[in-house]
Amino acid sequence: MKIYGVALLAACFLLGKFLGNLLGKLININNDIGGVGFAMILLMASSIYLRKKGWLIPETEKGVWFWSAMYIPIIVAMAATLNVKAAVSGGFVAVVAGIVTTVICMLLVPFLSKIGRNNEIPKT
Amino acid sequence: MDIIEKIISKNGLVFAFLFVGIVMLISFWISKKILKNKIPGVAIAILIGLSLAFFGDKKGIADITIFAGMAILGGSMFRDFAVVATAMSADISKIKQAGLAGIISLFIGVTVTFFIGAIIAYSMGYTDAVSMATIAAGAGTYIIGPVTGTALGASSDVIAISVATGVVKTIFTTIATPLIAKRIKLDNPHAAVVFGGLIGTTSGVVAGLAATDEKLVPYGALTATFYTGIGCLLCPSVFYLILKFFGF
Repeated sequence: MKIYGVALLAACFLLGKFLGNLLGKLININNDIGGVGFAMILLMASSIYLRKKGWLIPETEKGVWFWSAMYIPIIVAMAATLNVKAAVSGGFVAVVAGIVTTVICMLLVPFLSKIGRNNEIPKT
Repeated sequence: MDIIEKIISKNGLVFAFLFVGIVMLISFWISKKILKNKIPGVAIAILIGLSLAFFGDKKGIADITIFAGMAILGGSMFRDFAVVATAMSADISKIKQAGLAGIISLFIGVTVTFFIGAIIAYSMGYTDAVSMATIAAGAGTYIIGPVTGTALGASSDVIAISVATGVVKTIFTTIATPLIAKRIKLDNPHAAVVFGGLIGTTSGVVAGLAATDEKLVPYGALTATFYTGIGCLLCPSVFYLILKFFGF
């Protein structure tokens, strides 16, 4: 049943959020720290484990695939609900700082991509 | 009319499904028929989304009553839920490969962004360490900004600027990623992991990557989600003290 997949996703999501908040509490920032990241790792790990066990049948996976496919529509909805006006009128410094820092980081991508590539295991 | 409004406001989320569906349909039609697939439909859809936000204020289009459901669909709960779901398609061996590069790019991303942000803030008249740190943190993400500002006791207008900085970054990343992708060789999972770590704004990274190549989304999202956490950890503490150390 598809709901098993959705439930698995929900379990990973909530556990990840819990770990993120726990970490936040530990370092005294009452915020979710990397909760989504933890949840993603949990989902990857549990899906690999369950597949090996043969418990993760395609029908169950469909429950997760649905939400994965809903991602872009959700991003469109998110974009439509951002405070775009404030970003444009919220001061010149915001525009300069936001764009300049982003461009510099983007330009670093090809250099940092080389890390871990040199000792890459040759693909078959 | 009254009946229609009542139905829509009572079923905001369902109406949002319909509305976004129509936006997607129009976007992909424009992409295919008018732009001959030169700009992906996803990018057009996100741009239409952003321009729709101009019709409202703080909550974008969701400020208009009948579109209130958009705030639920585009809110952090559904967004995070769907982001996590994308992990299902991630290839673990590729992440292992990018592991070290991912961690290094996260730290370099947060550090470079903060200090360049601080220099820009300083050169534009925000010369005290607290304001510099807050605006610079906002250049990380619009969450790190207010977290740092609140922790350091920055004034509310500076915190507002830090949020605006983060939003500018998100929007800029969304628009610029597909345009710059080829030039910075952002066409493989490894580079996407690095990209996510360097840029960090989860929504910008995923939207930008989605517009570039949908398959790269989970890799970028994986590192990007840790960015805000690391930023919240370093900006109000170590980085602020470094600014203080240099006499600001």
